Amino acid sequence: MSAPLLDIANLRVSFPTPNGRVDVVKGLSLTLGRERLGIVGESGSGKSMTGRAILRLIRPPGRQAADRMIFDGIDLQAQGERAMRRLRGARISMIMQDPKFSLNPVMTVGAQIAEALRVHERLPRRDLRARVTEMLEAVRIHDPERVARMYPHEVSGGMGQRVMIAMMLIPRPDLLIADEPTSALDVSVQAQVLDLIDELVRNNGMGLILISHDLGLVARYCDRILVMNAGEVVESCAASELQNASHPYTRGLIAAVPRMEETRDELPVLDRSEWSGT
Amino acid sequence: MSAISLKNVDISYGDVRVVQGASFEVAEGESFALVGESGSGKSTVLKAIAGLAPDWTGEISVLDSPRSHRPDRSFASRCQMVFQDPYGSLHPRKTVDTTLAEPLAINGIGKRDAKVIEMLAAVGLDRRFRFRFPHQLSGGQRQRVAIARALMLEPRVMLLDEPTSALDVSVQAEILNLLKRLRREQGLTYLMVTHNLPVVSFMCDRMAVMNKGRIVEIAPSSALHDGSFTDAYARELYAASGGNPDRKDMP
Repeated sequence: MSAPLLDIANLRVSFPTPNGRVDVVKGLSLTLGRERLGIVGESGSGKSMTGRAILRLIRPPGRQAADRMIFDGIDLQAQGERAMRRLRGARISMIMQDPKFSLNPVMTVGAQIAEALRVHERLPRRDLRARVTEMLEAVRIHDPERVARMYPHEVSGGMGQRVMIAMMLIPRPDLLIADEPTSALDVSVQAQVLDLIDELVRNNGMGLILISHDLGLVARYCDRILVMNAGEVVESCAASELQNASHPYTRGLIAAVPRMEETRDELPVLDRSEWSGT
Repeated sequence: MSAISLKNVDISYGDVRVVQGASFEVAEGESFALVGESGSGKSTVLKAIAGLAPDWTGEISVLDSPRSHRPDRSFASRCQMVFQDPYGSLHPRKTVDTTLAEPLAINGIGKRDAKVIEMLAAVGLDRRFRFRFPHQLSGGQRQRVAIARALMLEPRVMLLDEPTSALDVSVQAEILNLLKRLRREQGLTYLMVTHNLPVVSFMCDRMAVMNKGRIVEIAPSSALHDGSFTDAYARELYAASGGNPDRKDMP
């Protein structure tokens, strides 16, 4: 394999509290090629903050620092705000959790998708419209011209999330960060949206970081998995090896999920004392 | 005796008929699930039973007494509801103690002090939480308070509206264990709304699959083991949930 797409060493994110600064990400390191990486953890484990830190989107008073943060040969920490803005969206983009809060309610869907493209590329208006239609078709929206004229409140949750995906992929980024892309959606739509992300990522040879609390889902759609707890990576393994995970936290998480064919009378509960000392 | 019985129930919000022709029976002591996508009308069925969606026609009876369209105090002491979002369903300016004592005060029941302490122990909350406010509790602790509040009047039927979907898996396991233990200890009947099929497999005996306001199939939860649903939509929902990964021989 050539040089990795993303190389992070010892990433730390901290926020001030009345009792001093608290590290929410404590020294995370990862390298990512053009592959699919899953980050799993419970609320408060620092998984979303990791995603944001890659885009340098930690707002003050939060602070981030790393020994090394290199994306495709570019040192992300050395970039100014203007340079970062050129990277965000165009090279690295991020799908947020809830389409309801992430789309602009007073712009049509088509205009928003076109805006994402216009910021990074200069294109004649006709080409712009063609690219938007093509992208909406790629995310399997059947009547793209009609949907492009609709406002976010007129589309369903699943369709809204597809619009978000279209918006994030239209500048053809190299790395896609999907932060709980389907947790606001129904199970039946969830599978469709993830299959879609999966297909687009594979066809375009992109890197994907899928952030989720759902172990089963991450195991299904990723090649490699990082398990986070309290700001630290406690386990890193191939997705196919998840069932043989060794850390008690990972094993506890896996065991706590009910199965389709449930024979246990009681679900095992995480005993947090087992590793909290480490 | 049936704990909950619905016969040909239609439920409307204004001009929109959300649920059409819903009929099912839940036996006493049974745990029954309503599953389906958002917008399928599953929560609306619970709301109609609880009296929160009063615009319905047909027959609803709980513990063999017909349900009226109005709030009903004797109903409240026999049937209680737990809501999805523990962050929204507790009053932010009332302490746990006030929240739990309120149903007793409304119904003029004495020995509130002792009952609150007893119920906190039953749902696995330490006594030190008694005088805290909801914002001082975690999501799992709040859901325990919401369950404790529902149990204060010693109801026999519990309506559970996605009680764990806002929680982390490890906390979900704790709450599901708690609900299962309470049902065993107190002989409760559960009617639970969820979109998580593995939770149904763990908690429930039977389930009704809903789609676009109609019940398309009523199946035992053993159908989740091999996907033996007869209705096409129910099979689709099962497949979308990942099927049964423990059985590799199945498609």
